[in-house]
Amino acid sequence: MRKNHFLYRCFINKGVWQLYLLVLLPVAFVIIFAYLPMGGIIMAFKNFSIRKGIFASPWVGMKYFDQLFNSPIFLDIFKNTIIISVYSIAVGFPFPIILALAFNEMSNQKIKKILQTITFAPFFISTVVIVSILMQVFSYRYGVVNETIKLFGGNAVDFLGSSSFFRPAYVWSGVWQTAGYSSVLYIAALSSIDTSLYEAAYLDGANKLQKIWHIDLPGIIPTIITMLILTTGNILNVGFEKVFLMQNPVNYGVSEIISTYVYKSGIQQAQFSFSTAVGLFNSVVNCAALLIVNWISRRVSDTSLF
Amino acid sequence: MKNSLVSNRIRSSRIDRVYQSFIYIFLAVVTVVILYPLIYVVSCSFSSAESLVNGQVFFLPVNFSLQGYQAVFHNSQVWTGYLNSILYTSAGTLIGTGITLLGAFVLSRPEFPLRKFITVLFMITMIFNGGLLPTYILINNLGMYNTIWALVLPGAFSVWLAIIGRTFIKSTIPEELFEATCLDGGNYFQYLLKVVLPLSKPIIAVLALNFAVGQWNSYFSALVYLKDTAKFPLQIVLRNIIISNIIDYSSIGSLDVKSLMERQYISELLKYSLIIVSSVPMLILYPFLQKYFIKGVMVGSLKG
Repeated sequence: MRKNHFLYRCFINKGVWQLYLLVLLPVAFVIIFAYLPMGGIIMAFKNFSIRKGIFASPWVGMKYFDQLFNSPIFLDIFKNTIIISVYSIAVGFPFPIILALAFNEMSNQKIKKILQTITFAPFFISTVVIVSILMQVFSYRYGVVNETIKLFGGNAVDFLGSSSFFRPAYVWSGVWQTAGYSSVLYIAALSSIDTSLYEAAYLDGANKLQKIWHIDLPGIIPTIITMLILTTGNILNVGFEKVFLMQNPVNYGVSEIISTYVYKSGIQQAQFSFSTAVGLFNSVVNCAALLIVNWISRRVSDTSLF
Repeated sequence: MKNSLVSNRIRSSRIDRVYQSFIYIFLAVVTVVILYPLIYVVSCSFSSAESLVNGQVFFLPVNFSLQGYQAVFHNSQVWTGYLNSILYTSAGTLIGTGITLLGAFVLSRPEFPLRKFITVLFMITMIFNGGLLPTYILINNLGMYNTIWALVLPGAFSVWLAIIGRTFIKSTIPEELFEATCLDGGNYFQYLLKVVLPLSKPIIAVLALNFAVGQWNSYFSALVYLKDTAKFPLQIVLRNIIISNIIDYSSIGSLDVKSLMERQYISELLKYSLIIVSSVPMLILYPFLQKYFIKGVMVGSLKG
């Protein structure tokens, strides 16, 4: 009661208008850089030309979507995007959880800290540098992998020049970079599990595996599900940056994905309307994936984002 | 009863030991796999060009030399890129942290009438966005193409960082301080500047480091929005030299290197040294990065 009185006095006297003023800049940024482009999506249904601008350009309905769905490359880039995404999730999602469970079993806190410091570090390396390291290490002429193969009497393998190298390299370098960072959340969740559960398990004679299966995993299930929903919501948002850097004429067949295609057809070839349509298709699929996984999760496990 | 418990305990302790060694082996392998490429790059960068090209470097530097670093320092592109990156990173961090904090503060005030509406307005942008082309057209229409603003402004307000900031302010700054400010006849501006900001240092560090790392490491906006080579940030220079293999041999030629072959060797060595030089800021900041990124993850996982 007392609290309410003070609050009341404060914003009656001083005016809540100050809050409106303070929030003006953030709102302006969101409207300009997020909502205006959303409005720009109507370009996908128009024959946009720079000279006429978005509003004066003539409507063409679903023309560009027809063009997309009928184009021979559509199935390829859609398939490539899905494969690389599912592959990334299948490897990259469970790995940090396993890492966190392993860290949680370490009794020596000092070594644990050192190992965490090491595994966390690659997260801060830029995509350009990651791809650079990848290309140097696997290089045909000077790379250390091929030098090692040659040392043992084998023949050098042209990794970068083969299309089958692209997917594993993309996925595992991603795990290399983010596993340590992603495990932090699970380590935090594990450390907040009620210790009396472990004492009870000890009294019951449970071994470590049983403790992990019956206490650790159930304890972090809500975190796992939340992360899974967020990850699936990005199923078609395969990072443009790394794929684009790793692309070469040899691996286009497996590495051309929706976002690189949007970049090439839109920015490089100036097919504005068509590329906007491709981008919109991408966003709609993502949104649908997020809503579906969120809905399933709410029915099955009571955990959901909204 | 007692006996079975004891034998149970013994059996499980044996399983535990086997299991424990599995965990140590797993962690050892993970650590080596993560650490090795980093050590390898550092070692290469300090080796001589010849031993590198002859494939003699596996773990430690061979024929220690600073040739690679000399080549990097003689490359004017790298210098311009470095300066540009410092400029973009400082501007991006300053503007981003400021605007995001404003949003975080206002959303943390329960009496703000539009709090729910604006939260939803912000959240929608996390799920849905206009995509590359509409944003590109907008940046062009705003006259920001080929300027620093195209790199710095579009990402300046970060919704998830604002939410992390809001959660931090709400959960750590006692409401009594707000009441005290009111009683002293203060207003919201004074409360923000004199109470909230000084008490929010850890979260300001979280935001600033997030913006700094993001800006330093990004190359996509520069790729799309910058035209002049003189404005390229370091990451684009790196990409051109290492990945696209575009090297200005004249810069290496100034090092008294005679044969074309030798130049080529050095250009190979230069790539490793360049990787290290470009990562130095992250290396220096790493203790803070680790601390505050973990903090960010923790606060982000709280329900605000």
